[in-house]
Amino acid sequence: MKYLDEYRDPAGCRRLAKEIRTTATRSWTIMEVCGGQTHGLLRHGIDRELDGVVRLIHGPGCPVCVTPLESIDFALDLARRQDVLLTSFGDMLRVPGSRQRLLEGRGETGNVGIVYSPLDAIRLAEEQPDRQIVFFAVGFETTAPATALAVRRAAELGLDNFSLLVAHVCVLPAMETLAANPNSSVQGFLAAGHVCTVTGHACYEEFVSRFRLPVVVTGFEPIDLLAGILQCVEQLERGEASVANCYGRSVRTDGNTHAVELMGEVYEVCDRPWRGFGVVPGGGLKLRPKYASFDATERFDFNSLPIVEPKECRSGEVLSGQIKPTDCECFGTRCTPESPMGAPMVSTEGACSAYYQYGAAESTALTEGAKS
Amino acid sequence: MCLAIPGKVIKWIERESPFATATVEFGGVRRRVSMDCVPEADEGEYVIVHAGIAISRIDRSEAMRVLETLEELELAELRESVDDLPIDRPGTVRGTP
Repeated sequence: MKYLDEYRDPAGCRRLAKEIRTTATRSWTIMEVCGGQTHGLLRHGIDRELDGVVRLIHGPGCPVCVTPLESIDFALDLARRQDVLLTSFGDMLRVPGSRQRLLEGRGETGNVGIVYSPLDAIRLAEEQPDRQIVFFAVGFETTAPATALAVRRAAELGLDNFSLLVAHVCVLPAMETLAANPNSSVQGFLAAGHVCTVTGHACYEEFVSRFRLPVVVTGFEPIDLLAGILQCVEQLERGEASVANCYGRSVRTDGNTHAVELMGEVYEVCDRPWRGFGVVPGGGLKLRPKYASFDATERFDFNSLPIVEPKECRSGEVLSGQIKPTDCECFGTRCTPESPMGAPMVSTEGACSAYYQYGAAESTALTEGAKS
Repeated sequence: MCLAIPGKVIKWIERESPFATATVEFGGVRRRVSMDCVPEADEGEYVIVHAGIAISRIDRSEAMRVLETLEELELAELRESVDDLPIDRPGTVRGTP
């Protein structure tokens, strides 16, 4: 596919990897923020290729993984109601709540549906006027414009059987929490390319001047990832810290102004608990009062029960980059994708699932060409 | 979760906000995509699509930039390998490591 295949060329990957090894005079610790990038780095063997030169720490960029258990339990309660069809992305529906998983709930009630887009949920609401269609809105700034658009369309169509359970999270406040932690060993960040497609990268200037850490906006293909790492290492070697954009084909300085306006029209920033982090100030989005009638927590009773996180699960430490998934005693034994203890093992973007999936992978973007 | 893929705008269907829609092709597969965030996109242009909505138009010259860097690295590599050839040059003695 155009604009994908060019960025997967194994020979190009090896050249960039070599350039990174030549440039680095010491080992640098870099955090990739987005879970999609974590998977790309592991799938293509980039972490192993750069072993000893760049230590990659995996950030909290899996929105499904940081969604609080309270929200998942509320979604489970909704899915049990006969008048409700709970919809969301497949990833979200596979994450266990404190008592049960949503997709297991389907067997009981038939009230859970995977959709590709929140706009599909709008279509369902139009087709089934006697049913309450709830969309579990998870995701970063990449996804928030799509759910905001769904609300705008529902308002325009006068749909009174559509609502959102909003669990949107914002990336930059979480990066600030991580960078402000005195125990953090992160020396540079690869910023999430599709989040920045929406928000732009001008918003990182203040972060960079405050923490003196390079921030490199990075894409998702192996060439993009390696180019981002190279740019970050070059800055670190020169003792510089600035915002650089290595995903210019999608990201503009001020992002997508239409998407930002749409988000701002429907949502306002709020404090939000992140699983594994605690409350992140300014770390979430909620519906503006003007759109409160589309808020599922207003429409349905929300009885929050005490939540107990599985004690053995160390997902909080994984999500904040303090440990690697393989440092957890349960990894691959008591905790696997088939029988997960925590969200990072369930979500296709979770760091634990990436380690489980690619841990034994032999073929990578960096070795494919070398073999032939 | 933040997965987004490039597709080619084939045909505009609806221009009116918030229902702007076009047919977009992804490696031969055509889908309806919301265009409310890329109202300026032209047919034939590529957009990046996430969860059913286009979130940006691909900047073609920027798309070339990283590939040009790669070409420079390739040229540098070629020059290096030529320099490494075990040939006699006046005034230099080169080994063959």
